[in-house]
Amino acid sequence: MREAVITVKNMVKKFGDFMANDNLNFEVYKGEIFGFLGANGAGKTTAIRILCGLSTPTSGEMKVAGFDIYRETEKIKRNIGYMSQKFSLYEDLTINENIRFYGGIYGIKPEERKRRSKLMLDRLELTPYADRKIGDLPLGWKQKLAFSIAILHEPDIVFLDEPTGGVDPVTRRQFWNLIYEAVERGITVFVTTHYMDEAEYCDRVSIMDEGKIVVLDTPDALKKQFNAANMDEVFVKIARTSPPTPLPNGEGRK
Amino acid sequence: MIKIENLKKSYSTTVALDDVSLEVKRGELFGLIGPDGAGKSTLMRILMSLLLPDSGTATLNGFDVTKQHKEVRHVTGYMPGRFSLYPDLTVEENMDFFATVFGTTVKANYDMVKDIYQQIEPFKTRCAGKLSGGMKQKLALSCALIHKPLVLILDEPTTGVDAVSRKEFWEMLKNLKAQGITIVVSTPYMDEASLCDRIALIQQGKIFSVDTPQQMAADFAEDLWAIRSPKLYPTAQKLHDLPEMISVNSFGQELHLVTPKGVYSAKEISDFLTDKSETEIQIQPTEATIEDVFMLFMTQHHTTQP
Repeated sequence: MREAVITVKNMVKKFGDFMANDNLNFEVYKGEIFGFLGANGAGKTTAIRILCGLSTPTSGEMKVAGFDIYRETEKIKRNIGYMSQKFSLYEDLTINENIRFYGGIYGIKPEERKRRSKLMLDRLELTPYADRKIGDLPLGWKQKLAFSIAILHEPDIVFLDEPTGGVDPVTRRQFWNLIYEAVERGITVFVTTHYMDEAEYCDRVSIMDEGKIVVLDTPDALKKQFNAANMDEVFVKIARTSPPTPLPNGEGRK
Repeated sequence: MIKIENLKKSYSTTVALDDVSLEVKRGELFGLIGPDGAGKSTLMRILMSLLLPDSGTATLNGFDVTKQHKEVRHVTGYMPGRFSLYPDLTVEENMDFFATVFGTTVKANYDMVKDIYQQIEPFKTRCAGKLSGGMKQKLALSCALIHKPLVLILDEPTTGVDAVSRKEFWEMLKNLKAQGITIVVSTPYMDEASLCDRIALIQQGKIFSVDTPQQMAADFAEDLWAIRSPKLYPTAQKLHDLPEMISVNSFGQELHLVTPKGVYSAKEISDFLTDKSETEIQIQPTEATIEDVFMLFMTQHHTTQP
């Protein structure tokens, strides 16, 4: 039996009458890359925000990194990293200033922060640009930097919400190399994406539709089950083809 | 329909467009393919007469984009990269607004937008800001079409859109093309590039190649191998040590290895991996896709300067 770092039992989130997450049940194992897929508006971001302690579920039992989602959200936040679909670094601060800011928030001691920051910037080949403002960097660089900063405090789990949206094919692959390197350091990765080739890189994937998890398995098992050549075909067979229901007032993506 | 000659545009020290020349034919579905910061959005904004070039000329339906902006805007529909409708107006109000700006009504041009607009019409009293991603995109396209443009300019219309909605969107583009509309579209999705009549590869403000996606793929000049193994990432790491390797990249469930034409056989690569204690290796030559073309192009014109 593998160790679960995320346990979700009967998770429900309602906005008024709208069921954003309809009784979700799943576990994420330590050290895996878990792909959390679904069409726009299927409820992915809602679930991620709950698991990150940013939103309270309507009902259900959930544990993240061993902590209870209702009572221990502050502990959860210390033990996870989160990269939202909207870019989350400060555009008018430099790379170094952003690193200092996030290091400070997570209570990383200055010497340790400098050590990690040097490793990170060397790895990203960004050392010569450490005093550039984030706003001046191309999107792909920003995304790689945002990911690296999200794991600067060496969390147990990192949540990535569409980290590669709009990024070119070369940079997407560089981004995934960073993900593999994080996994090798023992970080569990929870990721959403609309690129179905990226779904193939996950150890297991779940696909959501209208607030429910429809399937959850390894990419190989899903391809067999749906008699599909690749994950793109699996996705198209599962995700709805009817016009999606609009999101309720006051909540929703972007 | 569109004629671009020697366009140049710089923002302070950054060169966004470096002597770009290009022609787009009437009724063509034309793709602009390039990484972030390549100059795609700048080129589109100049075509829309929203931005002035430093030098060079561009005409759209015969109108000079620097001098005849009224005429240009009247015959073009534009979907910017960012959602830019009024989030606190309803679906219906946004449509009315854009129709009115162009001196027409939704009713008068309903046949133009019918196929697309019908899909979101059940939600016409909802605020645009409260729509899901796929629906926002359909509304934006409807608003861009409401004045019956001859040309559509779409800046990354499917970024952040799920795989099913993307397929629907490209079906809509095909239908619009069938009605004779010229479409210029940019995209980071390489499977979409292959749906265009012709594409231009752009990098650092320069156009490197313009052709049909089929021809570009057929012109792939190196050897390309599809490799499968139980664990792709370690296999890829080992392939980096193959002496003549040009690039190795993950492609979904397999790796694509590029080697110089005629240098290696499948057996030699397989033996190389076996020597490095890789097992259950499957290797075979494969046909290049546009994604392979693009990635080779990026490898050859690589820059580390942000």
